[in-house]
Amino acid sequence: MNGMGQVRPFAGAPAAGEPMVRIRGLTKSYHGKPVLQDIDLDVAAGSVMCIIGPSGSGKSTLLACINHLERIDGGRLWVGGELVGYREQGGKLHELPERQIARMRQRIGMVFQHFNLFPHMTALQNIMEAPVQVLRLPPEQARARAMQLLDRVGLAGKHGRHPAQLSGGEQQRVAIARALAMEPRLMLFDEPTSALDPELVGEVLAVMKDLARSGMTMVVVTHELAFAREVGDALTFMDGGRVVERGAPRAVLADPREARTREFLSRVL
Amino acid sequence: MSVTQPASGLPVASEVPAQEVVPLRHPWTWAATAVVVLVAFGVFYSVAANPAFQWPVVAEYMLDRQILAGLAVTLELTLAAMAMGLLLGTALAVMRLSANLLLSSLAWLYIWFFRSVPVLVQLIFWYNFGALYPQIELRVPFGPLLYGASTNAVITPLTAALAGLGLAQAAYTAEVIRAGIASVPRGQTRAAKALGMRPATIFRRIVFPQAMRVIIPPVGNEVISMVKGTSLVSVIALADLLYTAQLIYARTYETIPLLIVASLWYLIVVSVLSVGQHFLERHYRHGV
Repeated sequence: MNGMGQVRPFAGAPAAGEPMVRIRGLTKSYHGKPVLQDIDLDVAAGSVMCIIGPSGSGKSTLLACINHLERIDGGRLWVGGELVGYREQGGKLHELPERQIARMRQRIGMVFQHFNLFPHMTALQNIMEAPVQVLRLPPEQARARAMQLLDRVGLAGKHGRHPAQLSGGEQQRVAIARALAMEPRLMLFDEPTSALDPELVGEVLAVMKDLARSGMTMVVVTHELAFAREVGDALTFMDGGRVVERGAPRAVLADPREARTREFLSRVL
Repeated sequence: MSVTQPASGLPVASEVPAQEVVPLRHPWTWAATAVVVLVAFGVFYSVAANPAFQWPVVAEYMLDRQILAGLAVTLELTLAAMAMGLLLGTALAVMRLSANLLLSSLAWLYIWFFRSVPVLVQLIFWYNFGALYPQIELRVPFGPLLYGASTNAVITPLTAALAGLGLAQAAYTAEVIRAGIASVPRGQTRAAKALGMRPATIFRRIVFPQAMRVIIPPVGNEVISMVKGTSLVSVIALADLLYTAQLIYARTYETIPLLIVASLWYLIVVSVLSVGQHFLERHYRHGV
């Protein structure tokens, strides 16, 4: 076994010209109330897509559809050229069994607004858990990688701490390291700095910038417009479960075409 | 340290003379304490000095072979009924939390029934099960017989006690375990799923250890109740600690000292279990 370097069958680099994430006509509703309507979205491999919009606009739900934490009701969603959550056969979509969905999620990292670290494990154990339990990596190897990742997010000395003993910014950086330990091809960020005290936002954004510079494909739901302008390659503005406007971040933020985008930006800037 | 005059015109620290602080007195607390100590001493003295307690008889029977055998039955019964309660209770809790309406309703029905009927009644019921079904058979539907026996051969005082205590315990434990599992935030499962973990791994590695923190204190209390609850089996003539004591005093008429012997053993066992519970709770308190 050649370990972490091995390319697993799922979510390898998409074929040339194929986007890392492709969404076509995606719809979803809760109890009959539509929360996502007719979403089309492409995220190019190696690019950073930022999604902004008011709360309740469906942006976090859209993000959770990408790794099938939320089921979609209509449309298609591919990651790395592979249909997510379903198998297409005879003109019908068949929902995949849980274990196959789990296999797809292995190469899609996710970072949550409230960190969701495992409170009964140390920072180190949090990062080692999935490589050992899911990839069956030998613990020593997983441990060495986890220590490297902790160093990368600037927490080298804190491996023995439990989440409750870490600040919000430190917890979120451990959460990023935990996702990176699975060697994802794609990283999803769900408002990663919204739950942080203002003085802790910078340290998390710095880690994310570093990750973007390393060439990671990222989809970032955020309220940090400065981050979107500086790091984002593309920007999508959502409202009422629809994509209202998209384009280059500088262009959209400086000169929005749509009235709703202008209104939103005037309220948050 | 230099203290400047604040703009408000309040006196600066150096101008305030050091004063003695007199704490508030609580004379009634002291009076109540004196009364309680006096009463406690009176009770203790009357117990120690009253020859009717027959302390020498208590000492004589504490390590009696029959009593120790009874104690062993009580401990074994506690262990077996608790194990049964935990296993069946976990299954019921998972059923209760299932999205399948039929499974969750059936679990609800079970819990409702076995929590509502007194355990004493259930024990007597199981003991007389033979009147209801003289023959117990296990067979493949419309197929061959796998196991068959007369009910009176299967239902001994021990199996009746196990069924009565264990099945009722499962109903209580199920609710405790369900509450424990439900107490783990949904974000934990989402994070574990996002890492590609399978449902069984998520339950074993993420949800269950966190649920244990909530589950252990009440289950500890259930174990302690079970130790004492096993004394109910004396009504179906199973020679546990209490029934053994009763057998002895029926012969010797030393009722009080033998009840004291049984009580002392219950006290000792419960005390040891409480210490164990304390350490278990400490073990699962990690990271809170």
